[in-house]
Amino acid sequence: MALLQISEPGMSAAPHQHKLAVGIDLGTTNSLVATVRSGLSSVLSDEHGHALLPSVVHYNADNSVDVGFDAQKKQNQDPHNTILSVKRFMGRGLKDIDISQLPYKFTESVESTGMVQIETRAGTKSPVEVSADILRVLKTRAEQILGGELVGAVITVPAYFDDAQRQATKDAARLAGLNVLRLLNEPTAAAVAYGLDNASEGIYVIYDLGGGTFDISILKLSKGVFEVLATNGDSALGGDDFDQRIFCWILETAKLSPRNAHDTRLLLSKAREAKEWLTEHAEANVSCMLSDGDFVNVTLTTHAFIALTATLVQKTLSPTRKAMRDAGLGIEEIDGIVMVGGATRMPQIRKTVAEYFKQTPLTNLDPDKVVALGAAIQANVLAGNKSDADLLLLDVIPLSLGLETFGGLAEKIIHRNSTLPISRAQEFTTYKDGQTAMSIHVVQGERELVSDCRSLARFELRGIPPMVAGAARIRVTFTVDADGLLSVSARETSSNVEANITVKPSYGLSEDEITQMLKTSFNSAEADKTARMLTEARVDAGAIIEAVTTALAADGALIDSEEKNAIEAGIQRLQTIAASDNADAIHKAVEALNHATESFAAARMDASVKKALSGKELNTLNL
Amino acid sequence: MTQNYFELFGLTPVFNIDLSKLETNFRKIQSESHPDRFVIAESAEKLKSMQLATLANEAYQTLKQPALRAKYLLELQGIFPISETNTAMPSDFLMQQLEWRETLEDAKAAKDINAVDSLLSEIRIEANELKTELTRLIDNNHDHVAAATAARKLMFLDKVTADINSVIEQIEN
Repeated sequence: MALLQISEPGMSAAPHQHKLAVGIDLGTTNSLVATVRSGLSSVLSDEHGHALLPSVVHYNADNSVDVGFDAQKKQNQDPHNTILSVKRFMGRGLKDIDISQLPYKFTESVESTGMVQIETRAGTKSPVEVSADILRVLKTRAEQILGGELVGAVITVPAYFDDAQRQATKDAARLAGLNVLRLLNEPTAAAVAYGLDNASEGIYVIYDLGGGTFDISILKLSKGVFEVLATNGDSALGGDDFDQRIFCWILETAKLSPRNAHDTRLLLSKAREAKEWLTEHAEANVSCMLSDGDFVNVTLTTHAFIALTATLVQKTLSPTRKAMRDAGLGIEEIDGIVMVGGATRMPQIRKTVAEYFKQTPLTNLDPDKVVALGAAIQANVLAGNKSDADLLLLDVIPLSLGLETFGGLAEKIIHRNSTLPISRAQEFTTYKDGQTAMSIHVVQGERELVSDCRSLARFELRGIPPMVAGAARIRVTFTVDADGLLSVSARETSSNVEANITVKPSYGLSEDEITQMLKTSFNSAEADKTARMLTEARVDAGAIIEAVTTALAADGALIDSEEKNAIEAGIQRLQTIAASDNADAIHKAVEALNHATESFAAARMDASVKKALSGKELNTLNL
Repeated sequence: MTQNYFELFGLTPVFNIDLSKLETNFRKIQSESHPDRFVIAESAEKLKSMQLATLANEAYQTLKQPALRAKYLLELQGIFPISETNTAMPSDFLMQQLEWRETLEDAKAAKDINAVDSLLSEIRIEANELKTELTRLIDNNHDHVAAATAARKLMFLDKVTADINSVIEQIEN
């Protein structure tokens, strides 16, 4: 056996190289990038030593874009062109957001999609584009510090984000030129950072109150496996809402009439400063000059602040109770509560959580950084840097997926808190003779009526072979991958014809829009495009050659010599073609090699599972 | 991948399974097959990983939950507890169902969480008795026809429990 593992000349695996991968926390208020270096996860700071990048984008008159602190400085002078908290608009329609206190000019996308757009002097911007501007800065920062191109990134999302919000996040990363290794739920990322740091075992609750989102996740930690038992939350509840309460209180107390965008922005920043001040002080003074010369001078006490925001704090307990019920757990079974997100610095939050769980929550990791640190650890594992090879995250889908049935009712096909990946098939039939097409409406949410759930997409199935009514059997398979993203395939089972699917996302961007944005953002000539395609094809070819070569060296004994020869011939052919300038031919050769390794892949998987299970038997015998 | 769920986890096909072995072996299979292990792999391996990880999740959820496990075991024997020709339930059981539903409706109207909680614990006791009965019927007596009725009862109890939980949510909101 050992002899077979000796690599053939010219096929030896490249010396183990550390691949550059990062974790990015794309937050409502602040964003961060972190990476694992020499086995330690650390946040990457900018040249001024700032780890946090304010999630603020300012569009200048000369078409340049400021992101972060520079943009933040302009929020008061130029509120219309300074976008804050854009995460709240990701994958959202106009009717989903309360625009009354926001200084932006919103429009709905003229294209097929229902996602809101913001009018700026640099043109109409989708939340995806604004997020991409933030991600681009973090990508550049990481590449400059690490001195090379990134293999990919893990981007975190609130656990309670639905499919449209996740897809929008992934699109933003793509637009920023990032290869997304995985979308990771923020509380799960925090659990990784916390759990690995403290070598914890047991059942932990992650209470994550960020700038604009609230998540609660319950995880079971055991020997490097992080299994999410249940998650719940509110994707429109966060620190921003506390600012809003103070803002309204200032208007009321100072007897101010509704203000213009400039004053609104100014008072909101003052409200936020007051909130942060009250974390360690008994009262906060708010004083500033408004645009009409009016002077505001009011004092907010901790006592009044707690009263103002009590309902917001209480609002986090309902998702908490739901998650506990879904996990089938009592509070006495919880080994620890980890606090995540800047908003959990507020003493009234810590107090309420401690009272509910009857134990003091853990606050020993910086609540602003813990998510990015965890994401970096996961990125390091996914990129193939083996240091934490035992780490495995088993996450769940936060909201049920359903289909519209007769009478506007939603029929659940995948239940919330199912472990990912998951796949469910459903059979449909035609109701008219000769019917060749049908439409399926997919929704997400827990309510019974379709109108109370979120519309995800409408699928048109075409190319069903004409038959009498009720004879066709169309098997539609819904798959949710490890990113929590849905894909759909359909097949007519009696004739085995693959039906075509056209997806019309309800709040996403169509493939055409993404392509258009990519073109605009790169502003590239045709030659650049061809060159990029060729580079990408060669990278793909290199990756598959490395993967197959390593696999053959390790497990070549699993297949007969004929199959092995075919695979090796495929590798050689691809190596030759990859040297050419024909991107299309390289893609085809990659496909061919993929095809040639299908049964080898299956054999390897079976063998590794058998080995994993039999290892247990041996241990048992030894006891 | 034609093996059944029990074979997948290296378990004996009985109702009273070793739950800790199920959990350990589920984690082992996921450690080998989860898509996170194949992020930079070739697409044939990615596909294989997706298929096996999905199957392992489905199999784990089925075997973990007693009602689904009983149903699956019986189906392996060619008996389908839930089918159009197999819906008869003993009348005393149906009467009890009606009583529970009435109690639930009353508690919902009165927003009485304590009443709902005591109903939940009553149902939990009933469910535990059914699990003992299923072990006896399936594992000891191999009486699959009687087991089908018990499995169906357990599925009814799961349904009531789910409905009770959604009532609790409504009361809390």
